[in-house]
Amino acid sequence: MTQMFPVTLSGATARRQGQTLVGPVDLTLDGGGTCVVIGPNGSGKTTLLRLLHGAARLSTGRIDWACDTELAHRAQAFVFQSPVMLRRTVEENLAYPLRIKGEPKKAAHAKARDWAARVGLAGLLNRPAPVLSGGEQQKLALGRALISSPELLFLDEPCAALDGRSMRDIETILTEAKAQGTKLILSTHDMGQARRLADTVVFLLRGKVHEVADAKQFFDEPETAQAKAFLKGDIVE
Amino acid sequence: MGDLWSGLTQAFWLVVTLDSELVEIALRSLQVTLGALVVASAIAMPMAAFLAVKRFRFRRPVIALLNALMGLPPVVVGLVVYVVLSRSGPLGALGLLFTPTAMVIAQVIIIVPLIASIAHQSIRDLWQEYHDLLISMNVSQRQKMQTLIWDARRALLTAALAGFGRAIGEVGAIMIVGGNIDHATRVLTTAIALETGKGDFALALALGFVLIGLAITVNLGIHWLGRTEREGRW
Ligand SMILES: Nc1ncnc2c1ncn2[C@@H]1O[C@H](COP(=O)(O)OP(=O)(O)OP(=O)(O)O)[C@@H](O)[C@H]1O
Ligand SMILES: [Mg+2]
Repeated sequence: MTQMFPVTLSGATARRQGQTLVGPVDLTLDGGGTCVVIGPNGSGKTTLLRLLHGAARLSTGRIDWACDTELAHRAQAFVFQSPVMLRRTVEENLAYPLRIKGEPKKAAHAKARDWAARVGLAGLLNRPAPVLSGGEQQKLALGRALISSPELLFLDEPCAALDGRSMRDIETILTEAKAQGTKLILSTHDMGQARRLADTVVFLLRGKVHEVADAKQFFDEPETAQAKAFLKGDIVE
Repeated sequence: MGDLWSGLTQAFWLVVTLDSELVEIALRSLQVTLGALVVASAIAMPMAAFLAVKRFRFRRPVIALLNALMGLPPVVVGLVVYVVLSRSGPLGALGLLFTPTAMVIAQVIIIVPLIASIAHQSIRDLWQEYHDLLISMNVSQRQKMQTLIWDARRALLTAALAGFGRAIGEVGAIMIVGGNIDHATRVLTTAIALETGKGDFALALALGFVLIGLAITVNLGIHWLGRTEREGRW
C-alpha cells in the first residue's frame, strides 16, 4: 500500500490556449470512501479527474499526494468517459494490464476469465472488444481497471448511456471494490447514482470547486443556491 | 501483330511447361524481393512505431524526410549502393557487388521509407486511440511500440504489401547493383528488359506473365492471411 491520501490541490489550474479550463482549485481529499464529482457539462469534471491522475498537464499550482506522485499514479487506474478498447478479444483486454506488469500468460488469462465473469462478460471472452455494445465496453473497461487491484480508481461517467440494469451491475461491482478497500473518485450526471455511491461530493461550476461537502449534508442541505438548483435539475450557469 | 501473337503462344508454353530457366529466374525474383521485404519490415515497423510514440526534437523533420524518401529514384539508389559496394568503395572489401545480397540491400533502401510512411500513418492513428489508456497504465516505451505494432498488424500488412509491390517490379537499381548476370543475379524484371532488348518477345512476355502472376499471388496470399487470422471487424 502506498498511503497516497490525503491529496491536496493548491491553486491547481489547467489552462489550454489561453483559456482556463479548471481552477484555481484548492481542495483536500482524505480518501475516506467514495468521492463523487458533479457539475454541468463542461464544468471541468473530466479535466479535474485527469489532473489528479496525471493524465492532464497542470499549468500552475500543485497537487500533492501523501506519497511520491509517481508511485501514487502507478497505484491508480482510470476508466475513461469513452472507454478505450484495445483491438483484441475481451479476454486479452482484461489480461493486458497484467501482461504489461510481467505476469505470466497463463496466470494473467486465468485472472482475466475470472474478472470477465465478475463483470458479466463470461460469455464474450473471445469477442473482439471493439464490437462490444456501449454497456459491455464500460463493463470491460471497469474489469480491466480493477484487475490490477488499484488503490484508487477514477471513473469518468462510468454509467453514461447505460440502462438501469447495467448501471446496477456496475454499481454492484464498484461497491464490492470499495468493500475491498479500493478508493473511488468518480464523476457522474446521475444524481441518483451520486446519492447511492458518494461519501463526499465535489460540485464543480465553470472550472471551479463551488462546494465540497459530506454527501448526506450536500444532498440534504446544499449550501449554495447553485447547488440547490443543480440538484433540482434546473439549468445552472 | 504476328509477332505479338506468336510471342503470346510461345510464352504460354514456356509457362505451362515450367521452363527451367523461367522457373529459376522467377524463384530468384521471389527470393530477393521477399528477403528485402523481411529486412525492410524489420526496420520500418519499429521505426514507424517509434516515430508515433516518441516525442523528440527532430520528429517532424524525420517524418517529412521519410515521406520525401518515398519518391527516391531507384536508379539513384542503385548508383549509390554500387559506389559503396564497388571494389574501391567503403564496403568494397565485402565483395557484395553483383550478388543477390547487393540487390536486397538496394531494395531495402528503396522500400523502407515507403513501408515506414504507410505504417506510421496507421500506427499514429491507433496511438491516438490508445494514448490515454496506455499512459494511464504506465506502459513502457517498448511495450507501447509492441502493443501498437501488434494491434495494427492488419494495416501493417497492407504497408508490407505496398513494399512488396514496389520491390518486385523494380528494375533500375537491381540492374545496376546485380548486373543481370545469368544464373546469378538475373531476376524477372531485369530479364524482361534484356529479352526485350534482344527482341525475344516470347520469353519477355512469358516473364511478364509470371511477374504479374507472382505479384497477384503474393498479394492474395497475404490478404488471405490477414483475413483468416480472425474474422472480427475492428
Ligand atoms: N485539451 C483541451 N483543449 C482545450 N479545451 C479543452 C481541452 N480539454 C477540455 N477542454 C475544455 O474544458 C472544459 C471542461 O471540459 P471537461 O471535459 O473537463 O468537462 P466535463 O465537466 O467533463 O464535461 P462533460 O460533463 O460534458 O463530460 C470544456 O469547456 C472543454 O471544452
Ligand atoms: Mg467529462
